[in-house]
Amino acid sequence: MATLPTSAENLIASFGPKLNFPPQEGFAGRDEPDDVIKTHCCFCGMQCGIKLLVKNDRVVGFEPWEEFPFNEGRLCPKGVQRYLQNNHPDRLLDPLARVEGSGFRPITWDAAFAQLTANIQRIQAQSGPDSFAMLSGVSLSNEKCYLVGKFARVALKTKNLDYNGRLCMVSAGAGNKKAFGLDRASNTYADLAHAEVIMICGSNVSETFPTLTHWIWQARDNGAKLIVVDPRLTPIARTADLHLPIRPGRDSALYGAILHQMIKHDWLDHEFIANHCSGFEEAEQAVAGYDLEWAEQVTGIAKEKILLAAQWWGPAKTSFLLHARGIEHHSKGVENVLACINLVLASGRIGKPFCGYATITGQGNGQGGREHGHKCDQLPGNRDIENPEHRKYISEVWGIDEKDMPGKGLTAYEIIEAIDRGEIKGLLSICFNPLVSLPNNNLVRRALEKLDYYVAIDFFLNETARHADLILPGSLQEEEDGTVTTAEGRVVRIRKAVNPPGNARSDTSILLEIARRLGAGRHFNYDSSEAIFNELRLASKGGTADYYGITYQKIEDNMGIFWPCPSEDHPGTPRLWENRKFKTPDGKAHFHGVPYRDPAEITDAEYPVILTTGRVVSQYLSGTQTRRIGKLVKQYPEPLLEIHPTLAASLGIQHRELVKVITRRGEAEFPAQIVETIREDTIFVPYHWPGRKSVNQLTSGHLDPVSKIPEFKVCACRLVPTGNQAPIWEETKAYASP
Amino acid sequence: MSTSGFRLDQEFFLDPQRCIGCHACEMACAECETNGHEPMIQVDYVDRFLSPQTSVQLCMHCEDPVCAKVCPADAITKDEFGIVHSANTARCIACSNCVQACPFGVPKKIEPMQLMVKCNMCYDRTSAGKKPMCATVCPSGALFYGTRAEMAARRPNSTPVNQFHFGQQFVKTKVNIMMPKGATELVIDA
Repeated sequence: MATLPTSAENLIASFGPKLNFPPQEGFAGRDEPDDVIKTHCCFCGMQCGIKLLVKNDRVVGFEPWEEFPFNEGRLCPKGVQRYLQNNHPDRLLDPLARVEGSGFRPITWDAAFAQLTANIQRIQAQSGPDSFAMLSGVSLSNEKCYLVGKFARVALKTKNLDYNGRLCMVSAGAGNKKAFGLDRASNTYADLAHAEVIMICGSNVSETFPTLTHWIWQARDNGAKLIVVDPRLTPIARTADLHLPIRPGRDSALYGAILHQMIKHDWLDHEFIANHCSGFEEAEQAVAGYDLEWAEQVTGIAKEKILLAAQWWGPAKTSFLLHARGIEHHSKGVENVLACINLVLASGRIGKPFCGYATITGQGNGQGGREHGHKCDQLPGNRDIENPEHRKYISEVWGIDEKDMPGKGLTAYEIIEAIDRGEIKGLLSICFNPLVSLPNNNLVRRALEKLDYYVAIDFFLNETARHADLILPGSLQEEEDGTVTTAEGRVVRIRKAVNPPGNARSDTSILLEIARRLGAGRHFNYDSSEAIFNELRLASKGGTADYYGITYQKIEDNMGIFWPCPSEDHPGTPRLWENRKFKTPDGKAHFHGVPYRDPAEITDAEYPVILTTGRVVSQYLSGTQTRRIGKLVKQYPEPLLEIHPTLAASLGIQHRELVKVITRRGEAEFPAQIVETIREDTIFVPYHWPGRKSVNQLTSGHLDPVSKIPEFKVCACRLVPTGNQAPIWEETKAYASP
Repeated sequence: MSTSGFRLDQEFFLDPQRCIGCHACEMACAECETNGHEPMIQVDYVDRFLSPQTSVQLCMHCEDPVCAKVCPADAITKDEFGIVHSANTARCIACSNCVQACPFGVPKKIEPMQLMVKCNMCYDRTSAGKKPMCATVCPSGALFYGTRAEMAARRPNSTPVNQFHFGQQFVKTKVNIMMPKGATELVIDA
């Protein structure tokens, strides 16, 4: 019974989102803190160093941490305001049990664990172990991600564990594994400094990774040419030497056309291709017909610009290619990634100073969280849950019989679909808000309402957790020790600054207690986060993501260690592939043939406009944290529909007019923001908002066949102007939209 | 307050073209309780219809500050390090002369406080040898605080400029703005 226990409006009144502002005079005691904790921001994959000021067991402010090498004190507005998630009036302080008709009531931990255990055992006895699924997220530390992976397989005994990285890094991960046999940024950002050409493919760097801007512009100051591929003129594209405003969903056509030019003009590193690569012929054949005229017609980019990009990229001596969700959130996300990697391999510019390639990992622990068994098909060390040797090794580390290790389960969106079909009846979620972050969320809501039993662990009552039967108040990032792995592959320390407030508990202690109550306690004896990390080190040993040589002390002494680090005397590996020994079975880097195909949903007479989605600088992902921080909300208070003046004029749409956007999955209204900085055939709406203000009511659930990432970045829509001027945001309150 | 830590070799460099509009500087500035959580630095779109370009403005700390000259209450002073301080709270009569006179549009009258406030280059931080908060957090280098040599090494294609012509008015400032290499002054309204 997972319909809402009372109206969304009632739940919002009790649990928020409410906006937290600092008191005008500042938090008492900030000038004389009890403690100054060097840690990292809780948000994106940059994991900027930051110092948190602690007074009376509460975080009361921040100070830049100028010694940390990546960001040297630099922060974005989310980092500056992140401390306000602590001391927040919406914070969950007790376990809450659902009360039909009125909402939730506080109960004791003992009652909560007893209810939870009974329901897990009941559902699994009735419908089998896999009928209880778990969804997790990579804002969690490495220790917690590892623990969740082990917990789901050993204590919950389900194969159906997946995570919100499925909406984030999986296309890049799959592409990297196919091409290199290993999934990590090949270089640190220091290799940007003297790259001659930097190509950014589908990444709104200055809004989603603001502190990375410094590294890119440092290269420009040194003379680099910057190419940015994006349907919109974003802040980073504004300063590009060449902006390629691509039609959404046509990315692999562009990269195929550039490879075609590289071959045509012989801008190839023949030695590297012959000695260290395989598959070049397939890649060459696939792009044989991709001349400039064809590319212009498919991508919507002027052929002169495509040629110029190829002329810069092809013969350069050094270069760095970066990509992110803009090419990855597609039903051919993996193909787009492989098409980019083909350009890097053809140039031979990898594994050398200022020759780099990387996906810009999105979530705080998007890198580490995708390595240690948090995914439906994976075991720690980025091992394969279907590989007999890998299963055997991890079963030994965990002290279980290999036959008891579940196999490959469903991916995140498939879990929701299986709930909708009635095959999955129970759900445990932590650190995931799929009702905002998954596409076609009317389906997500319908599925949640069919759950027999749903328990959510979180620090705030996010929109999805409102459907729960039981809510367990967990911990914020600053309330537990641990490590995360940054987008560069640097393993850094998250330091506990304060204790969870009220009766809230650390996520780890919650998972350990559930494991004990499910009878698996002997596999879950840890007295600290470091003890979990030390088991993770062993579990990752010999895997491609090898952390065995990394210790807490070593991280401390070096401000982070880059994996792979196979032994304690190993310094870590900032730059991959210097030895040209790739981790594929044949030791070579693999080209792939990438024939172009259209996105899953293309425009037609009924739905003639392309809808694409993304983020804004002041909000983060599903907004569970950032829609509760006052100044971040005020900076960009509601989702705006960016539309080109030509398209707006053709439909008679006025600035700030409410426009109804209709797709095959739903409809929603957004205020028009008329700007010349977007393609004429495309509209953009950011996705951080819930309820009626969620653009994910409209996006499509088409998945990449390999990575199973949803196609957030392109679908077909129709626009209907309403004739009504949008109300001011204080009336709309989009941050808490029911 | 001890001023022994103020480093005269450190200068402020403003590079508006690098502004990415993230507002980290405003948020960080507003953390200071002496401002009553009001930012003393402003980020605005130039013309959002045409471009995502934003620009950033903070007090330029003029050599001969007009705000101080027009103040009828002698509330605004420049110190030995060239910092033009926010109005003395005991003297300010909230007449807004400074708000009207500043060519950069910096001073603000905070209505509930009936007081003019402006950037004092994080005097609590700079006088202790630290960087101003906005320049510490700025993720794109639009705001930088350091030595002239550091800036020259970082921005080989730009020159710091601190002389401005606003029509007939000539202003020389402590804060530099970064201009194309070789520029010597900025003429705003000839």
